[in-house]
Amino acid sequence: MKRATGSHTGTGTWLVQRATALALALLLPFLALRILAALPLDAEGWQAHFAPAWSRVAWLAAALAVALHAWIGVRDVLMDYVKPTPLRLLLYLLVIAVLGGSVLWLMVLLWRVA
Amino acid sequence: MKFRLYRYDSEAGGKPWMQEVDLDIDPAGKMLLDALIAIKAQDETLSLRRSCREGVCGSDAMNVNGRNRLACITPLSELKEPIEVRPLPGLPVIRDLVVDMEPFYKQYRSIRPWLVNDSPEPEVERLQTPEDRALLDGAWECILCACCTTACPSFWWNPETFVGPAGLLQAYRFIADTRDEATSARLDNLEDPYRLYRCRGIMNCVDACPKGLNPTEAIGRIRSLLVKRRV
Repeated sequence: MKRATGSHTGTGTWLVQRATALALALLLPFLALRILAALPLDAEGWQAHFAPAWSRVAWLAAALAVALHAWIGVRDVLMDYVKPTPLRLLLYLLVIAVLGGSVLWLMVLLWRVA
Repeated sequence: MKFRLYRYDSEAGGKPWMQEVDLDIDPAGKMLLDALIAIKAQDETLSLRRSCREGVCGSDAMNVNGRNRLACITPLSELKEPIEVRPLPGLPVIRDLVVDMEPFYKQYRSIRPWLVNDSPEPEVERLQTPEDRALLDGAWECILCACCTTACPSFWWNPETFVGPAGLLQAYRFIADTRDEATSARLDNLEDPYRLYRCRGIMNCVDACPKGLNPTEAIGRIRSLLVKRRV
């Protein structure tokens, strides 16, 4: 069976990966520095850390960017190595479930604390 | 000098094997191709392609001590012994150092490597300013030896769907040409998760190119055009 190309997509995915990389380059040092500055943190310290809404939003944005960035990267690897389409699709869904589930889980945790 | 040569005959069957050759040759001023021709004079069953013997035709691309290079412009004195010579990776071997270039040429043809211009022909040539002509520098010099494309893992895994660095460099050569009128169609042709976006910028192509060209940069420029027409 020959393999066809020409789906007229690809640039959007690439742009999302670049944009999330940029977002992470800015967000991660900021979040890390904020924790380092507050060390040592006890349970109440962590509560205070996540108390402002913008802190929770920043963490969630970072997690979302990691998930999107990782999704495109893992998808690229799967496209190279997993040739049977049904199997690749199944693996895509698994990756989406793990990444999406993790982000949702983080969201639940962050807002339960508040 | 000691050589290890990849030997295989697809018609005779059997497995590929490495032939140890000890050749009496003074490396001073000689290229790898000189040694291979001297070896072939002793053992005429050794098969390889070569033509211009000065790095212009691109026939004698092969894998030398793990790097894709042109045998005719690779000085013997630069090479560590035993000199291991293999066919280009990622393409089917026909015999010894001769590979089937068709998967490579097929991708090259897929980018329509000719000028598309439907405007009425002028009385004189279709002229370019020196600045417009300068846009083609670094792209037109490609000799299609396949050193870059066969050094690219993305091409190894997707030879049917990924155009490869040589094809994309040529695609850019026609996209950049001010006389060409098919830019949109050319970009459409490459807007695909496989055809262009298998490139992850590892730059094996730049490392391998015997003409010192930079396919990764050309791919980046095509990508910029794809992004610009979208946002």
